[in-house]
Amino acid sequence: MSELLKVPTMAEFMAQGKQPEVLFWVGCAGSFDDRAKKITKAFVKLLNKANVEFAVLGTEESCTGDPAKRAGNEFLFQMQAVTNIEVLNAYEVKKIVTACPHCFNTIKNEYPELGGNYEVMHHTQFLKTLLDEGRLTVEGGQFKGKRITFHDPCYLGRANNVYEAPRALIQKLEAELVEMKNCRRNGLCCGAGGAQMFKDAEKGDKEVNVERTEQALETKPEIIAAGCPFCNTMMTDGVKAKEKEADVAVMDIAELIANAQDL
Amino acid sequence: MHYIPNILFAIVLIIGIGFFVKNVKKLARNIKLGRDVDVSDNKSQRWKNMTMIALGQSKMVRRPIAGFLHLVVYIGFIIINIEVLEIIIDGLFGTHRVFASIGSLYGVLIGAFEILAVLVFVSVTLFWIRRNIIKLKRFWKSEMTSWPKNDANYILYFEMVLMTLFLVMNATDIHFQDINSGNVISQFIAPWFSGLSDTTLHFIERGAWWVHIIGILVFLNYLYYSKHLHILLAFPNTYYGKLQPKGQMDNLEAVTKEVKMMMDPNVDPFAAPAEEAEGEVPSKFGASDVQDLSWVQLLNAYTCTECGRCTSECPANQTGKKLSPRKIMMDTRDRLEEVGKNIDANKGEFVEDGNQLLDNYIIREELWACTSCNACVEACPVSIDPLSIILEMRRYLVMEQSAAPVELNNMMTNIENNGAPWPYNQMDRLNWKNE
Repeated sequence: MSELLKVPTMAEFMAQGKQPEVLFWVGCAGSFDDRAKKITKAFVKLLNKANVEFAVLGTEESCTGDPAKRAGNEFLFQMQAVTNIEVLNAYEVKKIVTACPHCFNTIKNEYPELGGNYEVMHHTQFLKTLLDEGRLTVEGGQFKGKRITFHDPCYLGRANNVYEAPRALIQKLEAELVEMKNCRRNGLCCGAGGAQMFKDAEKGDKEVNVERTEQALETKPEIIAAGCPFCNTMMTDGVKAKEKEADVAVMDIAELIANAQDL
Repeated sequence: MHYIPNILFAIVLIIGIGFFVKNVKKLARNIKLGRDVDVSDNKSQRWKNMTMIALGQSKMVRRPIAGFLHLVVYIGFIIINIEVLEIIIDGLFGTHRVFASIGSLYGVLIGAFEILAVLVFVSVTLFWIRRNIIKLKRFWKSEMTSWPKNDANYILYFEMVLMTLFLVMNATDIHFQDINSGNVISQFIAPWFSGLSDTTLHFIERGAWWVHIIGILVFLNYLYYSKHLHILLAFPNTYYGKLQPKGQMDNLEAVTKEVKMMMDPNVDPFAAPAEEAEGEVPSKFGASDVQDLSWVQLLNAYTCTECGRCTSECPANQTGKKLSPRKIMMDTRDRLEEVGKNIDANKGEFVEDGNQLLDNYIIREELWACTSCNACVEACPVSIDPLSIILEMRRYLVMEQSAAPVELNNMMTNIENNGAPWPYNQMDRLNWKNE
């Protein structure tokens, strides 16, 4: 399976004197988290399938600094940002796609002021473009008629007003898209943002991810679709906490599209 | 002797407006205690936001019931105030219903005012019921006790009384009832006073007239002490509200300078530090007190009407954590008021009082419960940004105090050492490819 994945690096492209169409910013979760790595691979399979000339930074990639910034460590954030921008600018990167809304938000909105100006897309936007341009086709396949609810990641939805691209992809699967009572701009956080992913929650009477999972389960879904590796973790944990893992799967949109094509 | 009421009226008016001007000056002074921030960009977008959000109430109506009731009170408030203009002219010049000279249109106007007065009365009553009988959850959170709770009800009582006085004034105005034009509501109230002599009616009419205008002046001066200040500040606040995508948080300029210097190989590390221009570099990173916040954030605090939409949408608050975005705004205002009073009491200079916004008002547990999800920012009908204050205070805790929770310190150490929030080697970043 793995030998099928073509994952060239920017360094390799440069050695050949070429520029890729787009840089795939994998992100820390996508690189190291076991669950998120599957999302990364699913997305790469789709890029390969659509013959997209992409590259990754590989070992030259480093944390965007998002969790440090939201935790209040502006210094560490800017150190990370400036270092990353130096690498990206050295490779003359113009366009970036990422499967992590936190990386997406940070590179798109906070890097320009520090000298990093790129066209940044979330992978759901990028996949939608591939479909619209006919470079990738998708049929419902195994998801035809399934009830799928989409959890809006805060840093994709409210933070950047991207609500339609992920939904358009779910509809392309001919699945039944069911909305939670809090969706789109009213979407409830999974509980991971603002560096919460890396610490225990403050004292309360419930975990945020359980609250959100309950909202998702109210729609009686077969699949909870996510567009963020951290949301994915939180919702997966929530489903486990509600002992529903046998009935409800938590999957990234890229995985849905890839699985529909039996990639 | 004939001019005594006019003179009396002028005195009342001058006192009322004079106090108000004094309060506005104090308000402006307090807001200017904040850091300066450049918001002179994108004027057309800012005007558009103000027109849509404040004037057009576009975010209020997202909650249809409260939004609709609020719209009635808002429109009523603006339109009925035309009547106040007439009252002021009458009061100063001893005329009676000076606008009546415009003819039949006057009847239409007053008729509209009377209908609006009833609608406002009904809406305000429903607001009171939602607050005190139905007890909507967001009005009964822990920060909504004592003054905030009473303040909300006082405003409602005030409006009920003012509307009643307006209708009674019309109903007991014999001349106005005789013309029988525009008295669409008051004609049904007039019979309640039947049997009273003309002198008594005139006395009641004058009484209602005086109490009405004095009430309005008192209400005007009540604003500064009340959450009701939003009726004025919603306009500048929506104008100065954030224009960038909600996810974008400002990059601290002072940090940028330092980082660029560290990364620049041409900088002589042993050079004497350059003379810093006055006020160029902040004395500290982040915010521990109100003076460290920007004036827009302080304007936010004065604009907050404590409706609690932010808190009811907050994931941390919904799951029982101490964080309430509304409390962040209320605390900021309370502390700012305290600082303002301190300055007043000390001849214009702030004297250290041992208090600050952090810990004395907003505790760390609240700050660390935030997921930065922007639900509060999205929910606010007047473009308040509680998240920006939370972030500034986290910055102070982390960069000035090194007081982040241990797990976050671990996360940051990992980023520093290996470029990821977890302890994985950067050289392993592409291993997934072959797994």
